Amino acid sequence: MKKLLSLGAVSALALAAAPALAQDVTITNARVVIGDGSEPIEGGTVVVQGGKVVYAGPASGAPAGGTSVDAKGAYVTPGIFATVTSLGLSDVSAVSETEDSRAAATPFSASLDAATGINPVSQHILVHRAAGVTRAATALSPTGSIFSGQGAIIDLDGDASPVVQARAFQMVDLSENGARLAGGSRPAAHALLRASLREAQALTGKPGLPQTTEITKDDEVLLSRFDAEALVPVVTGKQKLYVKVERASDIRAALALKDEFAALDLVLVGASEGWLVAGEIAAAKVPVIANGLNDLPDTFEELGATQSNAGRLARAGVKVAINASSLQNPRRLQQAAGNLVALNRLPGAAGMSWGQAFAAISSVPADISGMGGKAGVLKPGALGDVVIWTEDPLEAGAVPREVFIGGIKQDLTNHQTRLRDRYRDLDESQRPEAYDW
Amino acid sequence: MFADTKRRARAGALATLASACALIAGATVADAKERDKKKGKDEAVAEAPAFAAIKPGDPVYPSTYKPYPGVASAIRGATVYDGRGKKIENGVVFMSGGKITAVGGPDTPIPADIAVFDGTGKFVTPGIIDIHSHLGDYPSPQVEAHSDGNEATSPTTPEVWAEHSVWPQDPGFSRALANGGITALQILPGSANLMGGRSVTLKNVPARTMQGMKFPGAPYSMKMACGENPKRVYGDRGRMPSTRMGNLAVNRETWLGAIDYANDPKAKRDIGKETLVGVLKGEILIQNHCYRADEMALVMDMAKEMGYKVTAFHHAVEAYKIADLLRENDVCSAIWADWYGFKMESYDGILENAAFLQREGACVVIHSDDANDIQRLNQEAAKAQAAGQRLGIEISDATVIGWITYNAAKAMGIGDMTGSLETGKMADVVLWNGDPLSVYSRPEKVWIDGALMFDALNPKTRPVSDFELGQPGEGDVK
Repeated sequence: MKKLLSLGAVSALALAAAPALAQDVTITNARVVIGDGSEPIEGGTVVVQGGKVVYAGPASGAPAGGTSVDAKGAYVTPGIFATVTSLGLSDVSAVSETEDSRAAATPFSASLDAATGINPVSQHILVHRAAGVTRAATALSPTGSIFSGQGAIIDLDGDASPVVQARAFQMVDLSENGARLAGGSRPAAHALLRASLREAQALTGKPGLPQTTEITKDDEVLLSRFDAEALVPVVTGKQKLYVKVERASDIRAALALKDEFAALDLVLVGASEGWLVAGEIAAAKVPVIANGLNDLPDTFEELGATQSNAGRLARAGVKVAINASSLQNPRRLQQAAGNLVALNRLPGAAGMSWGQAFAAISSVPADISGMGGKAGVLKPGALGDVVIWTEDPLEAGAVPREVFIGGIKQDLTNHQTRLRDRYRDLDESQRPEAYDW
Repeated sequence: MFADTKRRARAGALATLASACALIAGATVADAKERDKKKGKDEAVAEAPAFAAIKPGDPVYPSTYKPYPGVASAIRGATVYDGRGKKIENGVVFMSGGKITAVGGPDTPIPADIAVFDGTGKFVTPGIIDIHSHLGDYPSPQVEAHSDGNEATSPTTPEVWAEHSVWPQDPGFSRALANGGITALQILPGSANLMGGRSVTLKNVPARTMQGMKFPGAPYSMKMACGENPKRVYGDRGRMPSTRMGNLAVNRETWLGAIDYANDPKAKRDIGKETLVGVLKGEILIQNHCYRADEMALVMDMAKEMGYKVTAFHHAVEAYKIADLLRENDVCSAIWADWYGFKMESYDGILENAAFLQREGACVVIHSDDANDIQRLNQEAAKAQAAGQRLGIEISDATVIGWITYNAAKAMGIGDMTGSLETGKMADVVLWNGDPLSVYSRPEKVWIDGALMFDALNPKTRPVSDFELGQPGEGDVK
């Protein structure tokens, strides 16, 4: 045991000393999961060169080159793409001074920029990387306003530049919670949203890009100029608007926003009762980041909640990802996906195929996040985010054996693995545990 | 302190009433004797006061649960985990009269005229048991009007009973049954208080009243809580406890008060102290919310100081650091598989907690504390097993099933009645449509006391609570 520990320590030091470089890797003898909804390919090969996927498929068509890794029949998949999360914005959620995903007392709203607060070596990032999450959409929660501010797409490689795309989306809360934040009523939230979008609209004719426009005091009604500016890309459709919403009627009201603001690029988040209006969501071509397994009437807006929600939405033709924020923590995404597969054997339930369920935690969320074809999928040109698993990755206990992000093999140690290694035995006959590191 | 004052005032009022009764009784002895002659000696109550509550120790709010009708049934050809570490391939489970009648291999004899279910490719376990639930006292919908789990008005409220908060119409019970195979569960008060009150153990059967669910013969437990919650709740109000040392001080003073009460034959009834004395006598178990290893060690010493026993530490994310101590003290750890980092005292949560405890020979229970996770205790157990396996700690599937069946039952004091498939025990049984430690498996049938209470193949066996009637999704698969 002591030997293992010192080896671990050495490799951690080595990684810290030299910046890791993407290496060319050929993973053979793999059960390859493309991540696009197709079923696994037995005996496949994945080739990563220059940090990108150049091949994933049957061994016969693979180009040669790079370090060879024998997967020994293991599942090899794209990294999990977690959406929506607070990864990088929090250490301990109940310790407020470590918590940057809530900002109830700020005077700002839509202009809040999650990218300015990401800590790339937060233990949550390191723990989730070891669980196979390679990229995430991360945002504040709406706390001080119906707007959470602008979310970022991050990678989990722990290097100095975690932000892949800043200001990737804006999020607004039109659920029960949003109604409370707006002053106590759904109409209050809708009025505030509409008024805010109109203020932003008024700025769209101004010269200059958003964030640089001149705004006179006369333009300010409800929002500070920073917040109004931040909504210009939303109202012009250049930035996605994630709408937190659960109840069927609230979903309809959210979809109807497009009648007034035609350019809005909407994404629904939560949508526990989405299955009741699945046809309308599909017709509007609005994707859903759906609560995975919620099946309780926790609130009056979730009376119709069922685990079959995601499956029914998918059957209606809606693009569905699983909402990481509906789970105990985002590393449960793969377990949630596995549960959706299990529903196929439950009479009356709507589940997903294995490939479809995996896509709901990889390519679909990547696509919704504006990284379609670039992440969450093993296709030529995609980022080299590759995970080799110990078992079927949708099984509850599955964890990665190896994780590559952008072609770089990741160190999987973190606070938890170090505690694990320290307490593998409780022998203090020679020295206290504190000397075991 | 507010609640203490209130309690004293109430005790005083009772004392006045009692002495008044005594006076009345004393003045009318002759009349009463005359009355008794007329009524007959069976009704001789001459010395009894005119007004009296049922005396302490006698059942109150008693269970009215009766097993529902079932037919003698057998499951044949399934893989059977008995809950006590045994696995039977191609096994037979035979139940009749609400009890397990026989469990064994393919040759186990079963009568010809009973219902037989083909278990080929399927698995049988004892009913799943959750030792830590707030269904009913924090029910869905989670509105303030339903928030009945924490009597957070005094740091010690041993006088409250969770059963007086349980709303039997909580839709969560049906989800736990249908998706989790839960047949029995312990409903605990919350952890705002050092002493949160009595728990209640329920059969997971729909009922109009709490009494209709109450597990007959199950002992009470008392909930205690260490650490951050009590000191935060009361510290924020500028009152004791505001520190961990304050937590211990208030606990110790309260135990000493209970010991005095127990030693005083003339003491006036005190409902809270009756609970504490029940603990001192070993009749009421202690379920102690406690995350940190160092605090668990302190609590075990406090229990020794005061003369009681901790049955289980709940949440116990750092149990792995003192697995040896927990084994020596014979205390179970009721834990999650993967919750960590949401509060300071959960910062050191690791996936290997259960596996390390098992390796040290300490008692492991996987619990939920959650209306969603109670639907997947089997998967939580599987995660904890897998974490051990990666380190070479091999824990058999049959042992892991014990974490969510027999071990839970034992730590709730009902291990001699349920929690395992053994002849004569309650026929609380789950037939799974696949390996219960796989994410792809679900309960297909659930029997409670031999009555088929859920059948995934029959939509009408899916209970619908009053709250759900006429609402979107009524009777849906959930």
